[in-house]
Amino acid sequence: MLSHLPILQVILPLVAAPSCLLIRRATLVWLFTLGVSLAALAVSVLLLQQVYSTGPISYALGGWDAPWGIEYRIDLLNAWVLLIVSGLSAAVIAAARSSIARELAAGRQILFYTLYLLCFAGLLGIVATGDVFNVFVFLEISSLASYALLALGRDRRALWASFQYLIMGTIGATFILIGIGFLYMMTGTLNMADLAARLPALGGSTTVLAAFAFIFVGICLKLALFPLHLWLPNAYSYAPSIVTAFLAATATKVALYLLLRFTVTVFGVEFALASLPLELLLIGLGLAGVFAASAVAIYQTDIKRMFAYSSVAQVGYMVVGIGIGTATALQATLLHLFNHALMKGGLFLALAGLVYQVGGCRIDSFRGLGRTMPWTMAAIAIGGISLIGMPLTVGFVSKWYLVTAAIDAGFWWVAILVVVGSLLAVLYVWRLVEAGYLQSPPEALAMIRREAPPGLLLPTWLLIAANLYFGVDTRLPVAVTAAASQFLLGGAAP
Amino acid sequence: MLLTSLYNYWVVIALMMIGLYMVIAQGNLIKKVIGLNIFQTSVFIFYISAGKVDGGGAPILVQGENLYSNPLPHVLILTAIVVGIATTALALALVIRIKRAYGSVEERDIQAAEEFQAAGQDAGEHKPC
Repeated sequence: MLSHLPILQVILPLVAAPSCLLIRRATLVWLFTLGVSLAALAVSVLLLQQVYSTGPISYALGGWDAPWGIEYRIDLLNAWVLLIVSGLSAAVIAAARSSIARELAAGRQILFYTLYLLCFAGLLGIVATGDVFNVFVFLEISSLASYALLALGRDRRALWASFQYLIMGTIGATFILIGIGFLYMMTGTLNMADLAARLPALGGSTTVLAAFAFIFVGICLKLALFPLHLWLPNAYSYAPSIVTAFLAATATKVALYLLLRFTVTVFGVEFALASLPLELLLIGLGLAGVFAASAVAIYQTDIKRMFAYSSVAQVGYMVVGIGIGTATALQATLLHLFNHALMKGGLFLALAGLVYQVGGCRIDSFRGLGRTMPWTMAAIAIGGISLIGMPLTVGFVSKWYLVTAAIDAGFWWVAILVVVGSLLAVLYVWRLVEAGYLQSPPEALAMIRREAPPGLLLPTWLLIAANLYFGVDTRLPVAVTAAASQFLLGGAAP
Repeated sequence: MLLTSLYNYWVVIALMMIGLYMVIAQGNLIKKVIGLNIFQTSVFIFYISAGKVDGGGAPILVQGENLYSNPLPHVLILTAIVVGIATTALALALVIRIKRAYGSVEERDIQAAEEFQAAGQDAGEHKPC
C-alpha cells in the first residue's frame, strides 16, 4: 500500500470524478468530494514524510522501468507542492457546500464536483509525474476542467472570459507540446531524469534552445507571468467564488512548479541561467509584473478582480526568486508558493462568504462590513495584512527571505524594488480596511448582523489562522523548503 | 535541396503560422476555433514526421522487414489528437452559450456589449460578480 502512494495521489481523485455522477444528491456528492480531498491530503502528508526521511521515491507505472515506462518521481519539491495543492483543496471544498448551493443551479452542482475533482486530479498529476509527455496530458486534463469550471459563473461575461482563457491556454499547452517534441527528437527520451542526464552533452544546440523557448513561453502563459497575464483577471472575477478560491490557491502554484522543474531539473541551472539571459528576464518581468499589476489593482472597484491582479503581482515575486537563482532565493520562492496559497485561499473564501450574503463584492459592499459581518471582514483584513507582508504573518517570512537573498546575491536594487512593491499592496488593502471599519454601513442594512454561514466561515478562518501560525512558527515550511532548494541545486549540478 | 528534404517541416511551419494568424486576426469565434485546430494539427504533423524513419515500414513483426518507423511519437500524438478534439468540443460548446448570452459570435459585438455592461456597473448598478 505504502509503496503505491505516488499513484494513489493522482488516481484517487481521477477515479472519484466520474463516480460523483452515480450519487444523485448534491450534499452526498459534496461529502464524497470532501472525503476524497482529505484522503489526498493524507496521502500527500505521508509522501512528504517518507521523502523527507528517506529521499526521493521512484514509482514505475504498470511495472515498466524508468526510461521506457512512465515514472512517477516524488522528491522534496513535488512532495511540498502536492501538500500545498491537496491541503488547499481540502479547505476550499470544506467551504464549498453553501456557496455552491447559492451560486449554482441545482442541476449543475453534481457536475461541478465532477469537474472539480478532474481539475484536482490534473493538477496533482502534473506535479507527481516524472515524464514530460505525461505533464502535457495532465496539464490538458486540469485546463479543460478549469475552462468548464470558470464558465459556470452566473454573469454572462464568465463565458467570454472562459473562451479567451481556452484560446490562450491551448496555445500555451501546444507550445509546451512543441517543446517536448524537440526534446524527444534530440534525446529520444521523455523521462525527466533521463533528459537531465542527456541534455548537457548536447550543449547549446539550437534545437534545445528552441525547445526551451517554447516550453518557457508555454508555461509562462499558464503561470500568468506579467505580459501574458491578460486572461487571468477576467477568468477569476466572473467564476463562481469557490472556483476562484481553488484556482487562485493552486493552479498558478502548479504552473510555477513546472517552471522550476523545467528550468532547474530538466534543462539545469547551468544551461537555463548561464547560457541565456534568463536571470535578467525573470527578474525584469517579475518586477514589472509586481508594479504593473499592483498599480492596476489599486483602481479596481470589483474586489475579486482586485485580488486577481494582486495574484499576478505575487507571481512576480515568486519568479524574481527563480531569477536570482541562489539557494536562499529558491527557498523564498518555495516559501511564497505555500504562503501565497494560504493568503489567497483565505481571502477568496472570505469573499465567497461576502458574495453569499451580499450577492456581490464591489467596493461599496464593503461599507461598514466590520459591523455587519465582523468575522468575514476581520479575515479579509488579516489576509490583506499578510499579503502586504507585515511581521507575524506568513507574507513577512517569504518577503524577508526574498529580500535577504537579493542582497546576498548583490541585487540590492531588486531588494529595494521588492519592498517598494509591497507598499503598493498597502494602498489596495487599505481601501478595504477603510471601507470596512471607518465607513458606516448603508442605512437600510445598518442594524442587521448577517455573518456568512459557519460552514464557509470555519475553513476561511482555518486558512487565516494558518497565515498567522506559520508567520510565527516557521519551522516546518522553512525546514522543508531549505532542504528542497538545496536538493534542487545540488541535484541539478553536473 | 533544403526545401525538398525538409518538405514536411516547411508544411508544419506554414500551417502553424496560418493557424496562429487566424486565432489572432479573426474576429469570428468559430473561425478562431478553426485556426486553433489548424495550429494544433501542424504540431501533430510535426510529431508524425519526426517519428518516420527513411525506408522504414510499420512497426509490426513481419518476416524480411528489419527497419521500422518509430511508433512512439505516433502513439503520443494519438493522445494529443484526443486532447485536441476535447478542446474543440468544449470551445464550440462555449461558443453556443456565448451566442445565446450575447446574441453574436463576433468578438467586436461581444466587446461592445462588455463595455456597455461595465459602464452600467460603474454607474452604481448592482450585478453579481
